[in-house]
Amino acid sequence: MNVLRNRDELGAHLRFQEPGKAREMAATLAHVTRSIGREPVSVMHVCGSHEQAIARYGLRAVFPRELDVIMGPGCPVCVTDVPEVDEAVLLAAQGVRVFTYGDMLRVPGSVKSLADVKAEGGKVDVVYGIGQAVQLACETQEECVFFASGFETTAVATAAVILAGVPENFSVLSAHKYIPPVMEIVAEMPQTRIEGFLAAGHAAAITGSAIFERFAERYKLPVVVTGFEPLDILAGLIRLVELVRDGRAEVANMYPRCVTREGNRPAQEALWSVFRPIGGRWRGIAHVPNGNLRLRDRFAHVDARRRFTIDLHQLWDRAPANLTQHCICGDIMAGIAAPTGCSLYGNQCDPDHPVGACMVSSEGTCRIWHQYGGHLDLGYGS
Amino acid sequence: MRDLIRDVFLQGEQTLPEGTIGLDAMDDGAALRVGDEWLVMTTDSYVISPPFFPGGDIGRLAVSGTVNDLAMMGATQPLALTCAVIIEEGFSRSDLERIQRSIHATCREAGTAIVTGDTKVMRRGELDGIVINTAGVALTKRVVRDQGLQSGDRIIVTGTMGDHGLAVMAFRNAMGLEGAFSSDAAPINALVRAALECAPEEIVALKDPTRGGLSSALHEMAEKSGVGIVIQEHDIPIRDAVRAASELLGIDPLHAANEGKAVIGVRPEAAERVLAVLRRTALGADAAIVGTCVSERPGYVVLDTGFGRRLLIEPEGELLPRIC
Repeated sequence: MNVLRNRDELGAHLRFQEPGKAREMAATLAHVTRSIGREPVSVMHVCGSHEQAIARYGLRAVFPRELDVIMGPGCPVCVTDVPEVDEAVLLAAQGVRVFTYGDMLRVPGSVKSLADVKAEGGKVDVVYGIGQAVQLACETQEECVFFASGFETTAVATAAVILAGVPENFSVLSAHKYIPPVMEIVAEMPQTRIEGFLAAGHAAAITGSAIFERFAERYKLPVVVTGFEPLDILAGLIRLVELVRDGRAEVANMYPRCVTREGNRPAQEALWSVFRPIGGRWRGIAHVPNGNLRLRDRFAHVDARRRFTIDLHQLWDRAPANLTQHCICGDIMAGIAAPTGCSLYGNQCDPDHPVGACMVSSEGTCRIWHQYGGHLDLGYGS
Repeated sequence: MRDLIRDVFLQGEQTLPEGTIGLDAMDDGAALRVGDEWLVMTTDSYVISPPFFPGGDIGRLAVSGTVNDLAMMGATQPLALTCAVIIEEGFSRSDLERIQRSIHATCREAGTAIVTGDTKVMRRGELDGIVINTAGVALTKRVVRDQGLQSGDRIIVTGTMGDHGLAVMAFRNAMGLEGAFSSDAAPINALVRAALECAPEEIVALKDPTRGGLSSALHEMAEKSGVGIVIQEHDIPIRDAVRAASELLGIDPLHAANEGKAVIGVRPEAAERVLAVLRRTALGADAAIVGTCVSERPGYVVLDTGFGRRLLIEPEGELLPRIC
């Protein structure tokens, strides 16, 4: 990372939250987008934190009408598949203490969510991170399982804790996912309208921006790595739309204060020494080759799947018909279909009973349509 | 929770004297006509884990909550409170005495007293430590509702937002940041009285932003008054520590509970006057005008972030730390 030489430079680096600057950049973004001369220009971000920041700062209200910024499969909670939730539910139901991130609690499995099993007396505790889960496990003799969700960023934390050694009564149920393969899935979808990707700065801090180079070349799509402050996102989008306009399938790093080309080598080593990639379904999207991270054999003793018998069929025999097979989240994310084109939307799938990722996430396309009736005009500047 | 109350407890007709503000109003308390005055009454049960937290305890919370609910109806001089305590077998006696001292001290602060009560013990495991219920009564000439807003009215908050919620959450998650946080649990009847005295006709709505924080309070006010509310995010007072912890935990400080603050709706011409009076009170130094009521989008709360605008979402259920 660059070394800052003086206070002024530090100040310049910290000024990522200036509304005045943001307005200028929004105008630039509109100008660059319109210079392409057609609409919509569709780009995708693949990060829940980007969507949170876009929503948090109300940035959608200042994106130009001609630019479609689509929320991709970037929310790890939303893409955690039904069987993975079911595994955690069954563990809690059989008396194991399950630790989870808070936003996983209400995500529905085939019959119930972790919140349901907790309400029925199951031991489900919300933790802030795996470190806290280990700490709590040390205070008890009970079998404890950490329901590990998240992408590369949180998977590294899980790996580091496992490598450092965990108490004997502690194991991990990995629902960790790996982003690069799913970008290929989206790029390969027939009729996809995605013309470029905004990649997540924190994941790239670990993997390095170089990981996207082969992808950009193969799919002829630009990728811009960027951060999470309002100005980071606007700067990233300006660069991305410029690359789209100029037809340049390149990787640009707009987050050099954190991301290098080669990434964090020790973190990568920790990640891949503990996990191996396998194929698996992402909720409502597709089977993603190499998209799921599972514990390697040498960590079988901390793998909840090998430590406990988890009989999903006992749950599935009682489960209602699996609606996810009718879910078209993948098409909605690819910009091919609108929520109203889905047979489940609004009847079998709503915010209280979400089927696919786009309805689970508070910022998912379907959830937003359902709550606000499609595009939301907040009369900015009025 | 509001749905549950509506679906279960509002069922079945009740006969009430005309003009009574009852359960169906879903306001902070009830108001009954007595001569030329209103008798305001309210009740609330308090459960919190842990019972002692930075800046307060369950006893202080139980007194402040009820005194403040009365004040939110415009009744700022509580006549008396009741206090019922249910204790889990084995609860520490010294903790109980500490809670009792806190109840007493908070009553003194609010200028009221506990005049009757009840104590029960339940078996171990049947409840989590201690539950306290308090009820309060007060008289007032004028009742202030939570639904009197019109387009053009200004919204004032009486201090920093999210202090209680984040203090408890940081403490519970053992983030090692305890020193930086303090719950704001406090009776604010004196502060509300000062505001009402300086603008008796112009203060048209009062609400305490407890569970669900500022966001829930504003939604309820907007919905019941049939107006939209536009909030300027940069004008909302939030402590640096609260802002930082809320980012770490992925919790919106506008969704986090406050236990010693009020949201005041005031006619535009009196807004500055009320603000000046609030800022001179002990608990109102950080008061600020944060928004304006509009006729567009009734029932919705729009947050202007300075970068753009978004709808403020009404929080549902317990606040949970997020992964992303």
